[in-house]
Amino acid sequence: MTLSKTTSRFLSIAGMILFIVFAFYYPRYVDKQNVWNLFFLICLQITIGQSWNILGGFAGQTSLGHAAFFGIGALVTRTLWLDGQPFAIAFALGGLVAVTFGMLIGAPTFRLRGAYFAIGTLGVAEVLRITVSQKIPYISTMSGALIASYDLSARYHLALGLAIVTTGVAYLLLRSPWSLGIQAVREDEEAAQATGVHVLRHKLLALALSSFFTGLAGGVFAYQQISYYPSAPFSPIWTFDALLITFIGGQGTLIGPVIGAIFFVYVRDKLSVNLVDIHQVIFGVLFILIVLVFPGGLVEAWERLKKSLLNTKYTKVAKD
Amino acid sequence: MRIETFLQTLVFGLFTGGIYGVAAMGLALVFGVLKMLNIAHGELVMLGGYVSFWVFSAFGIDPFASLVIVIPALFIVGLALDRTVYRHIVRLLGEEKIKNSMLVSFGLTLVLQNLAQWLFTADERSIQVAYAGDGFNIYGVLLPYTRLATLGIALAAILALNYFLHKTYPGKAILATAEDFESAELAGINIHRVYMMTFALGASLAAIAGTFVTVTYGLSPSIGIIWTLKALIVIVLAGTGSILGAFPAGILLGVVEALSGTFIDPSYHEVVGLVIFILVLIVRPQGLFTRK
Repeated sequence: MTLSKTTSRFLSIAGMILFIVFAFYYPRYVDKQNVWNLFFLICLQITIGQSWNILGGFAGQTSLGHAAFFGIGALVTRTLWLDGQPFAIAFALGGLVAVTFGMLIGAPTFRLRGAYFAIGTLGVAEVLRITVSQKIPYISTMSGALIASYDLSARYHLALGLAIVTTGVAYLLLRSPWSLGIQAVREDEEAAQATGVHVLRHKLLALALSSFFTGLAGGVFAYQQISYYPSAPFSPIWTFDALLITFIGGQGTLIGPVIGAIFFVYVRDKLSVNLVDIHQVIFGVLFILIVLVFPGGLVEAWERLKKSLLNTKYTKVAKD
Repeated sequence: MRIETFLQTLVFGLFTGGIYGVAAMGLALVFGVLKMLNIAHGELVMLGGYVSFWVFSAFGIDPFASLVIVIPALFIVGLALDRTVYRHIVRLLGEEKIKNSMLVSFGLTLVLQNLAQWLFTADERSIQVAYAGDGFNIYGVLLPYTRLATLGIALAAILALNYFLHKTYPGKAILATAEDFESAELAGINIHRVYMMTFALGASLAAIAGTFVTVTYGLSPSIGIIWTLKALIVIVLAGTGSILGAFPAGILLGVVEALSGTFIDPSYHEVVGLVIFILVLIVRPQGLFTRK
């Protein structure tokens, strides 16, 4: 039996609503510090992974420097916010400055094929990390008044909202007329160009969305952390997290980064307690294996499993 | 501005550029022949540095003499990495190959860096040889022996590589494979052996750079990504097809960085390379040292 298209869409929407309701009420119900933190991290990583996915999975442009956008968002938001500006303005500006940097690096490198964009993003991220660590070497800490009124649940709800919005925008993008152009660019740039797709514009659109939401995620990080080194969000580990999450889940799929983020944050939480030194090595090896052996990630694994189960059922019916 | 300051800066830029050149040549060789971008190249530089450091601290062998051990050691590491990881990517074609090589080597960066941190701790290390402070002093411009030795060895390495690639049979096979791997295979060249040897050769060049880094700067497990970035900027500067052109481009980057660091603001030292990278892409995307 196969479900009709409307039924299956109804089921997936119902599942999503249940999922969001669960994500909203569960931490509140349990109300433990570590649960809030775990759920916060999952939402933050969904946003970062989904942003990388919009650019890398949908449009096929590999960024090796998403930490740059994350770091810029964190830096701008934190600086303005602690300076006394309203958080909403600081938050939005963080995203916009990240987009500006994205355009600065995308405009010259997207005209060329190959690895230039990846090198450019890697370069921006590293140069910013080093420059920020030299220019602002001291820890950024919230003021006493802010710490006194600190409420982790507000941080979590902001992160949850951002994760939902990012995934929603990715969904709308996939259903918009732009998505055909973006996917055409991914599959074959020359063929896309020949059929009249404006390649550069589509790449830049994907980059703008991607860098904007990564910048906002940086803003959420700046809002949540009580104290951190301003260069920390520029660390290449954030880029790696985004890559790993997207590839674990399934690059180019809407649900992939969500599954990937839940899996990754949960497993890392367990591993980092027991295997402090080498848990990153394990994730690195896992990532290499996924790229080499199973580039479709968990989503593809599920599809294959479903197909093989259905097939065996059909063959059984045929035998009877 | 005093002329000595200018000359001194220029000379140190030249020395640093020599290290960039050697590191970038290894990356350019792998990129030119295997058509893969190895983001983990800087990690090979780091590993080379550690081999040289441990040989120095365990046996007291002079770092420049230890190259005899460091180069073969990283050649073997290169062979192992090619056999286990890169062999699977080299089969792919075109864009797919570059993309997967970047992703996989980015993952490898994390693996090697964290392994190094686990094995060697995150402490910063360096080699202080007995003659570290000594050098020639020519009209107020200091030329330390260690720096002269790095530049001398770097030049020797590029000459040796040049001779190897153009005058010997395996070298010519490498160049032929870089030119057109299908024709090379048809002509009877075992291209998979060529790929393996080229990757190992690239790792050996990284080892030389790593030894220089340990002698002149410091060594820690996290330095890899910076050296990858320098090498990447240098090969974009040289033009991505040019293997030997990476050396003069490295020198150029070193000199420009040093001059801007001294005369503009040292904390923007790293920004210079990136600005050059973007300018080159806008003005002359084929690179400065290619004929096309």
